Amino acid sequence: MSATLKQPFGAAFFDRHRCASHRAKLTTLIALVPALTLFAAFWLLPFSRLLLMGAEADRSSGVSAYLTLLTHRQYLISLATTVTLSLAVSVAAVAIAGFAGFFLARHRFAGQSLLVAILTFPLAFPGVVVGFLVIMLGGRQGALAQTSLWLFGERWVFAYSLFGLFIGYLYFSIPRVITTVMAACDNLDQSLEEAARSLGASHWRVMRDVIIPGIAPALLSTGAICFATSMGAFGTAFTLGTRLPILPLNIYGEFTNYANFAMAAALSVVLGLITWAALALARKLASNALGASV
Amino acid sequence: MSQSSSITLTQCSRTFAGGHVALKPLDLHVEAGETLVLLGPSGCGKTTTLRIISGLERPDPGGRVHFGERDVTALPIEKRDVGMVFQNYALFPNMNVADNITYGLRIQKLSRAEIDRRLAEVLEMVDLKGYAERSIAALSGGQKQRVALARAIAVRPRVLLFDEPLAALDAKLRDRLRLEIGALLRELGITAVYVTHDQDEAMALGDRIAVMQAGRIAQLGTPREIYHQPANAFVADFIGAVNRLEVQTQAADGTFCVPGGTLRAPHLAKAATLYCRPEDIQVVPIEKAQLKGRIIESVFLGQAQQLAVDTGNDTTLSVRVSSRREWPAGSEIGLMIPEQALFQPTAPGARAHG
Repeated sequence: MSATLKQPFGAAFFDRHRCASHRAKLTTLIALVPALTLFAAFWLLPFSRLLLMGAEADRSSGVSAYLTLLTHRQYLISLATTVTLSLAVSVAAVAIAGFAGFFLARHRFAGQSLLVAILTFPLAFPGVVVGFLVIMLGGRQGALAQTSLWLFGERWVFAYSLFGLFIGYLYFSIPRVITTVMAACDNLDQSLEEAARSLGASHWRVMRDVIIPGIAPALLSTGAICFATSMGAFGTAFTLGTRLPILPLNIYGEFTNYANFAMAAALSVVLGLITWAALALARKLASNALGASV
Repeated sequence: MSQSSSITLTQCSRTFAGGHVALKPLDLHVEAGETLVLLGPSGCGKTTTLRIISGLERPDPGGRVHFGERDVTALPIEKRDVGMVFQNYALFPNMNVADNITYGLRIQKLSRAEIDRRLAEVLEMVDLKGYAERSIAALSGGQKQRVALARAIAVRPRVLLFDEPLAALDAKLRDRLRLEIGALLRELGITAVYVTHDQDEAMALGDRIAVMQAGRIAQLGTPREIYHQPANAFVADFIGAVNRLEVQTQAADGTFCVPGGTLRAPHLAKAATLYCRPEDIQVVPIEKAQLKGRIIESVFLGQAQQLAVDTGNDTTLSVRVSSRREWPAGSEIGLMIPEQALFQPTAPGARAHG
């Protein structure tokens, strides 16, 4: 895919029909007009506005919101918490769903497609519903609270904490990883595993030396998507508790509660940059890993 | 160099889920140090047989696999001490040449010095000195397969198994690598089972060949036996080109009346069809000919001229002659087939000996 992107549109066409190249260029331009208009109207303009707004004075500190963000403990803690939570979710989702996906790809059993359907079902839920489900599990009236009350006489509640968020994010991250890992395992060359085994490799050794390196690009990219989704997830967090130190909640709070548009913009830009960087890094790592195997 | 063992399969069959029988109960013995080629069209059961020997597949209940005296039926491949070479090389893309080759040695936890010594030894054997640090992606197809071969022999396996190792290579490279593999197998004196659908490979590499058809062995014998005394029409057809002559009448003195003339073959019993190879048919002056016919097609192949000769009665003989002369289509031609070049399958459809 990268090879086609590196080549300008229709390059081969221009080489073969040099005389027609001007007209073709014009046609290309005209064809791009709708896309460029959309790009300018719905992305470029609002985003430049956002970028500039973040440089304006913060309502409370009076200096540029970017600077305020970088110098105030409260925002830095939010930033660190969001990144750590997202990282933890990504690592846990890749570890748990990686094994599950590998197992599902390699074994055929009765009811398998039903199980896959159930496991991937959370993809269909919006964040609010996922939050609601976490409350059903770990809220004050949740299943865990009821059980612990009956067993130990006290309510165990985790839904309204960062751990609740972690569970909720994990819930919608796992299906993505499972489907990606299953596809990657199906594409693995089975004779590599057979070759390793013929040389005496145990199942664990095959897993470590052949399978994990083989699906590493898929694990990296799906992990990055989990990270990006968790960084920006709003519905679940909003359902579980508006006071949690999470960037999307901060952004919401800044512009609805305090009308602090500069800070909301600055936080948005930072959130976007981190997510974009994670995705770009994962793409690069994944393409390197692929490049080595071809 | 290694303690090669014989391989014995006893009543090994393989039925896949869904009831497809890939292999009918099979008995097979491969001597220690011998190279046995499993030859046949796709779906004949040759790969299944190889996978049963390797331990990648289990035979149906009742089948046994022995390496030497040892029953290995229950052992998975990683405990069987086999070296395997695959059609698609199956090299680990995340490791360089040296790491691929020493993979099995590292699993055996050999000393660093021993690993280095064996690496140098096998690199020399497969003619890849100086390639140790190359990445797999930087190798050609032929080099990749030589690395795979080096990786398989580095662990000094008891048996070496090949699954169509040359099928992905182009013709020239295939011929060269075939010679190299043959030389290496003789040098190592290792028991080898080699799966292929290519008869040239089978002839060149096999001490014996098992021609397989529809899940069973159609014939097991030396390349010479298989070629010159095929057990049935299938084997005769699969190994090289073959001519069939329908016998019209047969005299007691061993004279056979066939379309285009009469042939002598006193060594053959009552036969409905006589077989002969294209290269055994000789061109003679018409007045001395046993068979007369008309050239209906003449193709220049370089090393030979391929003629299709119509001898009447819907019989077309394929004949290989020198390409030094022109052989115009449409001309009359006289043919002679030496007695010993005529054969008939020993038992049509049945196994020869197993």
